Amino acid sequence: MANLKLTNICKSYGEIDVLKQIDLDIKQGELMVFVGPSGCGKSTLLRLIAGLEKITSGTLEIEDVVMNDVPPSKRGIAMVFQSYALYPHMTVRDNMTFALKIAKIPKDDIKQAVEDAAEKLQLTDYLDRLPKALSGGQRQRVAIGRAIVRDPKIFLFDEPLSNLDAALRVATRIEISLLKENMPDSTMIYVTHDQVEAMTLASRIVVLNNKGIEQVGTPLELYLEPANKFVATFIGSPAMNILPSKVEQPGLKTLVSLDSGGAAMVPIATKNADLNCIFSLGVRPEDVVVTTGDDYIFEGKINYVEALGEVTLIYFESASSEEHVIAKVVGIHNFKRGQMIRLNADPEKLHLFDSEGLTCKIKSNQLG
Amino acid sequence: MDNIAGKSSLLSWVVNVSALILVLLWTIPTFGLLISSLRDKDQLASSGWWTSLTSVERNLIERSAAPDEQVEKDGVYMLSGNVFKNGGEITAFGWSSKKPNGFEPNVVAEMRNGQTMSVATDGSYQLTSPKPFTGSRGKRIFIRSIEDPKFTLANYSEVLFAEGLGQSFLNTMTVTIPATVIPILIAAFAAYALAWMEFPGRAILLVTIVGLLVVPLQMSLIPLLRLYTNIGIGKDYIGIWMAHTAFGLPLAVFLLRNYIAGLPREIIESAKVDGASDFDIFLKIILPLSFPALASFAIFQFLWVWNDLLVATVFLPNTEETLVMTGRLREMLGSLGGNWEILTASAFVSIFVPLIVFFSLQRYLVRGLLSGSVKGG
Amino acid sequence: MQQILIALVTMGVGIAGCIAYFWGSNFLLDVIFPAYGKNATHNLRRSSAIRPWLFMGPVIIILTIYLVYPVVNSIYLSFHGSSGEEFIGLDNYIWLFSDEKFIESMGNNLLWLVIVPAASTLFGLLAAALTDRIKWGNIAKSLIFMPMAISFIGASIIWKFIYDYRGEGDEQIGLLNAIVVAFGGEPQAWITIPFWNSILLMIILIWIQTGFAMVILSAALRGISEETIEAAVLDGASPLQIFFKIKVPQIYGTIAVVWTTITILVLKVFDIVLAMTNGQWGSQVLANYMFDWMFRGHDFGRSATIALIIMILVLPVMIWNVSNARKDV
Repeated sequence: MANLKLTNICKSYGEIDVLKQIDLDIKQGELMVFVGPSGCGKSTLLRLIAGLEKITSGTLEIEDVVMNDVPPSKRGIAMVFQSYALYPHMTVRDNMTFALKIAKIPKDDIKQAVEDAAEKLQLTDYLDRLPKALSGGQRQRVAIGRAIVRDPKIFLFDEPLSNLDAALRVATRIEISLLKENMPDSTMIYVTHDQVEAMTLASRIVVLNNKGIEQVGTPLELYLEPANKFVATFIGSPAMNILPSKVEQPGLKTLVSLDSGGAAMVPIATKNADLNCIFSLGVRPEDVVVTTGDDYIFEGKINYVEALGEVTLIYFESASSEEHVIAKVVGIHNFKRGQMIRLNADPEKLHLFDSEGLTCKIKSNQLG
Repeated sequence: MDNIAGKSSLLSWVVNVSALILVLLWTIPTFGLLISSLRDKDQLASSGWWTSLTSVERNLIERSAAPDEQVEKDGVYMLSGNVFKNGGEITAFGWSSKKPNGFEPNVVAEMRNGQTMSVATDGSYQLTSPKPFTGSRGKRIFIRSIEDPKFTLANYSEVLFAEGLGQSFLNTMTVTIPATVIPILIAAFAAYALAWMEFPGRAILLVTIVGLLVVPLQMSLIPLLRLYTNIGIGKDYIGIWMAHTAFGLPLAVFLLRNYIAGLPREIIESAKVDGASDFDIFLKIILPLSFPALASFAIFQFLWVWNDLLVATVFLPNTEETLVMTGRLREMLGSLGGNWEILTASAFVSIFVPLIVFFSLQRYLVRGLLSGSVKGG
Repeated sequence: MQQILIALVTMGVGIAGCIAYFWGSNFLLDVIFPAYGKNATHNLRRSSAIRPWLFMGPVIIILTIYLVYPVVNSIYLSFHGSSGEEFIGLDNYIWLFSDEKFIESMGNNLLWLVIVPAASTLFGLLAAALTDRIKWGNIAKSLIFMPMAISFIGASIIWKFIYDYRGEGDEQIGLLNAIVVAFGGEPQAWITIPFWNSILLMIILIWIQTGFAMVILSAALRGISEETIEAAVLDGASPLQIFFKIKVPQIYGTIAVVWTTITILVLKVFDIVLAMTNGQWGSQVLANYMFDWMFRGHDFGRSATIALIIMILVLPVMIWNVSNARKDV
């Protein structure tokens, strides 16, 4: 069973910590995506797994064998680099057979492996070309092919789509996900800073921030039940609105009031001690509805309207919250700049974060 | 810049002419040498090479046939023949050094004792005398003649076969080929280690090598000569190969390290993931990708060793079997200072190979120069 | 032909030796510390600590013997007599600074140091500026760069031919005297005239080095952002102003590099002087003077002392280079 286990992994360059206390379990057949803002350490984590960087402390196990000091080639991994890292002086075929030749695999097996991979990736016609004679997407496929022929236990992808243009990126993303379906037993780890890529490809996502893991879960878990304010705002686009709000009435359901005059009864439990604390109310732009009634969460002046056709994005002027409040309403609407409007939302879709930024998790109905 | 509107054509004219002048100034010396080396030995010594395409007017002193060839006819003794061996045209002649050009061609000049001399335009002469000619040598005939320009490869065959330059050419080859190839391999491995392997003291080593780049060669000569004598290497090819290898190494390591360090990190990491050892990576990835840098260094080292005089003088004995071309040229300059036909041909033989290398591989040379000097070479 | 064969064989043996060394030592390392078995991890750490030294080994050994040791040994020799054996303290240095020829050499070297780098850089800049603006620029560059491939001794012959002197009344075959005569002057034996002969020798080196300066400066000039030049055009600057006020200031760094590179070369130059005058007629320079004491004077102490002086003159450049290199290590 190709599983990969990270226990208390730390990495530092001299005095500077890059990763702290990473614990992670990856099961066979998963496509695990590491996502996070730049500088969060996601690429470093991948390189630690690959063996391209030394682990400062903690243990890395692949199939229950400690791999900390095993060189990259002996870990049973294959890696697809951001710049593809094709050997420019070798043909596609030579690029794909390089590792196999070094491993002294019999010639016939090499030939078979290359032909299979080339067919899978529609590269059969290009086997004798040099990388410089290929398009960006083809190079990308060669890089993947080079990984496939090695038949590794774990595939590592380091931002493989970031050098492609937008259209090709979507196409290649679909290809990768089909590839994964064809190889249900192989484990893949995929690093990206693009949350759309993460949501569409992953069987599970690891959100990294500030040298550590923020949350691990399936894409929808992260979307529906973010563990904290960071994950809530990182996953989803436009980002979740975060509204500072005061706990007026704790209990099984919590009543909060907002600066703008609105209020909400959130079906999430809070403790008595939370009374009068400033919490954050989270609501996704796509979950709000425009209302004219007195029952509203937020009232604000429209600063800017983007009409995209299928949806309309409304940006509000705001003094209190750090970011613009954004509403994403379906269809075409005739809102004007400067207009005051009120927003409401289904209470079930509201999120509440305590003063530490952690999600208040206990839903009222779960207690019920 | 060329597309900017309203650009004056006068300026471009001035630029073109100035560039032309500069190019002429820089090529004329070599061009003069080449032309001179192809000229006839006598013409080379009597007129500037820039006149080589026009006919040469020369004052010569020839001698008539010896008196024992004289013919008697009607009591008049005659000597006749032609002053030219290869043809030419007489513009004037004379019979004494006081008036060497005193007579037009075909005129009959009166000499002492009733003798006469006449020389025709084509060089045929006739001397007459009422008494028999005496002595063992012929009479002097002063002529002024116009000669056609003459070009010949004789100078080259002379220097190559008679003056020993051919041997020296071989000696230079013998020194240059190994002294160019050996340092490349040694330096390439070190450059890879300095660029991509981690070990303590790497930075210090690199800085030391940069420092050694400028150490004057002169510094090494005496200590090495003493060292060679002490361990008994003596003056031999092996000694000079090693010396040239050593003197070329700092530049080689520096150039190659800069180039290799600039190769994309991901390619090397990818090879590591593929299971390549450092040795594999070096041989299969680094060497093929470093070809341009290897070529530039090879050209540098080739030109430097081929053109070197100092190291060869110090480390090779001054004998026929080992004297290199630069050393031979230097000897010729000392002993044959005025024999320009030898010197020009020899010089051209010695610069011929470097020029071919230069013109055919110039872009690598330029690339090497640029990468070497970006950081201070 | 047999000799070339020997050379080729030697080259083959040398290369085979190199490969055998690198491959063999690498192989041995893998055998001694195999990357598998129970000690694999330990072995890997060992072998990756040793491997860099295998790669660096030959370079370190050769450079130590051929460049580092000589510096130390020269310092030692400079305090010893002509055979290099008896200790004589500072005598060599005292002799040096009272020696007329040495002072002449120093004077000439300073002159060389000022004129050659300055003139080469200037002509190089001019050539770069001109050839970058014409259609046949690449050919022009090639031709100006060509002397770079010619040996100093070959160049000396070329120029000795130009400086050649024939007695008055004879037709001059040296270009310089022919020109002088054509303008009604009297021919001179140029290389025997003190001071001017040094200048004539410098011209040879300038002729060789201008191409080098041109190639590097031309690359630097082309590296300047087009936009700053276009901005200057829009600001109404004339071509000359653009060149001196916009372009040249942006390549000061490269000019400094060219200048110092030629400076070092000047300090080491000896072939030209040896071939043209051998230091006679007041044209001696340090490198040739050192050679003189080594081969004709057979005095190891004195020549080592002169070599040290050259080394000391190079030292500032070396320090500058090293401090530059440290920045990007």
